[in-house]
Amino acid sequence: MKTLKRNGLTLAALGMSAFLIGCEMPPPEVTQNGYRGLAMHQNYNPRLLQQSLDENVPPEAIPAPAPGGPLAKDLYKNVQVLGELTVTEFNRLMVAMTTWVSPEQGCYYCHVNEGFEYDGIYTKVTSRRMLQMTQDTNANWKDHVADTGVTCYTCHRGQPVPAEVWVSDPGPGQPSAMAPTGQNIAAASVAYSSLPYDPFTPFLSQDNDVRVIGDTVLPEGNRRSIKQAEWTYGLMMHMSDALGVNCTYCHNSRSFMSWDQSTPQRTTAWYAIRHVREMNNDYVTPLGEVLPASRKGPLGDPYKIYCATCHQGAYKPLYGAPMLKDYPSLSAPLPEGGTAALKAQSEAQAPAAAEEEAPAQQAKAEQPAAPAPAAAPAEEEAAPEPQAAAPEAAPAEEAAPAQAAPPAPQQQPMQPPPLRYPPPGMMQYPPAPLQYPPPPANR
Amino acid sequence: MAEYQNIFTRVQVREPAYPGVDLPPGSLPRIGKPIFSYWIGKIGDAQVGPIYLGFAGIASLICGFIAIEIIGFNMLASVNWSPVEFVKNFFWLALEPPPAAYGLSIPPLGDGGWWLMAGFFLTAAIILWWIRTYQRAIDLGTGTHVAWAFAAAIFFYLSLGFIRPILMGSWGEAVPFGIFPHLDWTAAFSIRYGNLYYNPFHALSIAFLYGSAVLFAMHGGTILAVSRYGGDREIDQITDRGTAAERAALLWRWTMGFNATMESIHRWAWWFAVLTVITAGIGILLTGTVVENWYLWAVKHGVAPPYPSELTIQDPNLIQGVSQ
Repeated sequence: MKTLKRNGLTLAALGMSAFLIGCEMPPPEVTQNGYRGLAMHQNYNPRLLQQSLDENVPPEAIPAPAPGGPLAKDLYKNVQVLGELTVTEFNRLMVAMTTWVSPEQGCYYCHVNEGFEYDGIYTKVTSRRMLQMTQDTNANWKDHVADTGVTCYTCHRGQPVPAEVWVSDPGPGQPSAMAPTGQNIAAASVAYSSLPYDPFTPFLSQDNDVRVIGDTVLPEGNRRSIKQAEWTYGLMMHMSDALGVNCTYCHNSRSFMSWDQSTPQRTTAWYAIRHVREMNNDYVTPLGEVLPASRKGPLGDPYKIYCATCHQGAYKPLYGAPMLKDYPSLSAPLPEGGTAALKAQSEAQAPAAAEEEAPAQQAKAEQPAAPAPAAAPAEEEAAPEPQAAAPEAAPAEEAAPAQAAPPAPQQQPMQPPPLRYPPPGMMQYPPAPLQYPPPPANR
Repeated sequence: MAEYQNIFTRVQVREPAYPGVDLPPGSLPRIGKPIFSYWIGKIGDAQVGPIYLGFAGIASLICGFIAIEIIGFNMLASVNWSPVEFVKNFFWLALEPPPAAYGLSIPPLGDGGWWLMAGFFLTAAIILWWIRTYQRAIDLGTGTHVAWAFAAAIFFYLSLGFIRPILMGSWGEAVPFGIFPHLDWTAAFSIRYGNLYYNPFHALSIAFLYGSAVLFAMHGGTILAVSRYGGDREIDQITDRGTAAERAALLWRWTMGFNATMESIHRWAWWFAVLTVITAGIGILLTGTVVENWYLWAVKHGVAPPYPSELTIQDPNLIQGVSQ
């Protein structure tokens, strides 16, 4: 009887092990991307990876048109962005855009009965701005999108509104006596952590400093708080989730702040944050004037761009499929002479560009094209200034009462909505009363 | 002969319920009529109750109740009093300390004031409970070893939520009350101060923590294994060594050349447990106050090894003339 019992136990244990091993199928695929022994690798579930690969296939390119013919600006009325294209090129792009963005709604999603040139519908005005955004992205943000570039399809995937967009999140309703903390809710935006669920407003619309970690051995005045670290952490959770990668895709997790141990992808992500911020502030937020409420969030700000908008779970959108090369009209703002002139330009630049491999130099070359206010000295931002975010806090707080009323986008359409939770300025603390750690001057 | 070669306790001593020694004059009464439970007897003494709460115990329970109510109602308020959302988000909800900018001032109730109050009552409850463990030991005529071990844990708790925030000059540095939020806080704490793994006191604490588990298993296993020779009379055998003590000693001496004694093994266990939280508290108190970045500290002192990098990249912030 005793032996039987013991055998039964052994069998049960074996069965349980077999069951648990079964849960692990299929074994994960591991890709190493750093020095060995540092957990610098990406884990993929082959089944989910295959699913993602299948979902991220670009549509067939429409055959290139025959060169020559009249220009669109001469034949059509009110062609502001694509006027330098030939009529065949122009129509090909319009057809492509329809299949990318509004395949079900067709041409009439943007062009209404008053005539193809009629601007009275928000979709047409928005499309024009989005075309300019795409051209600007492909021409001036190669540090982020490289030569692969983006097209409308990169984000839209056959839908008028991309599947992944964000708006400022007021959070769950709360009694007025409670100051919202902006965190501690099961939120998909930060991969179901309890971190701040809207790290996008402070970082991808406003330009608060993402960096929190001290870069000195001993305390030398970095007053960024643990709470502030949680905001950065929330943004990083979104980036990781949106790209389908681990922290170690960009960072060596033993020292998140060290650039000399990070992978080159971190540089791309650094530019990406600034790129997305520029797209949101220069292109998307101003469209709040024309967009209807159905394209806006509860605080009245339009659907905006974040990492998941294009990446959709892939480390490169569409796994790096080079769609743009088939649509050169999207690769830059069109100069006099249209795509032919563009081609000639890029051929002339090609030998020079090959020498300038370093992203730094590329960035330098692009600087004139970047927005002027952002050109503030980079060094200033790098220094761990305690007051760095202080000026940011004041305007946000001042704007708060104005926004307490139902959102009125008509009055201040250019302003992103104010933060409802403590602005990052509140996340830093003033010098400690005990003077501990002492300020650098006293040591 | 008791059967000790079993996962669960096989022996249940049943005798008339014993309320304990007479209480000193002036004590509050013991509460509850003793009962016997077969299933409780599987893991401990089958007799349950009576319990002595006394003044400290009752005050502690009241304070603890107030703290839990404050935390719970703040969590409920944070989802707009929705019981469904409360249950759905329970593990995510928290009562957060005030934003850092309030420093050590007393913030408005809705912006961290409740946190301060919950912290006060929770601390009061814990300290009152400590007083109780101390007083019970004195009244029973035993040593106060348990109370001092508990005091070490309270030191760690106070380091996190009281002493370090005061040293840093902000209540916002303290831990939120919440299941996942306090875990995310822990991760954020480590990230903010450049990786706590390079904090030597963190390392010591982990060594003592894991060491405690190993010692516990070694000791429990050894005593159960020699109980057939009377090893359950551990304390007798400290001075009056029988074959159980000899065999237990030989098991370890033959295995690893050294053995603890029936007395010293208990000191080993006590110190490992106590040092776990003492070193942890020291590690917390040094972070941000004395050391800003533990990784850089470890590099400076030759603790963190360098690794070759195939492609070293530069901080784009430092590249002159780049657009932000």
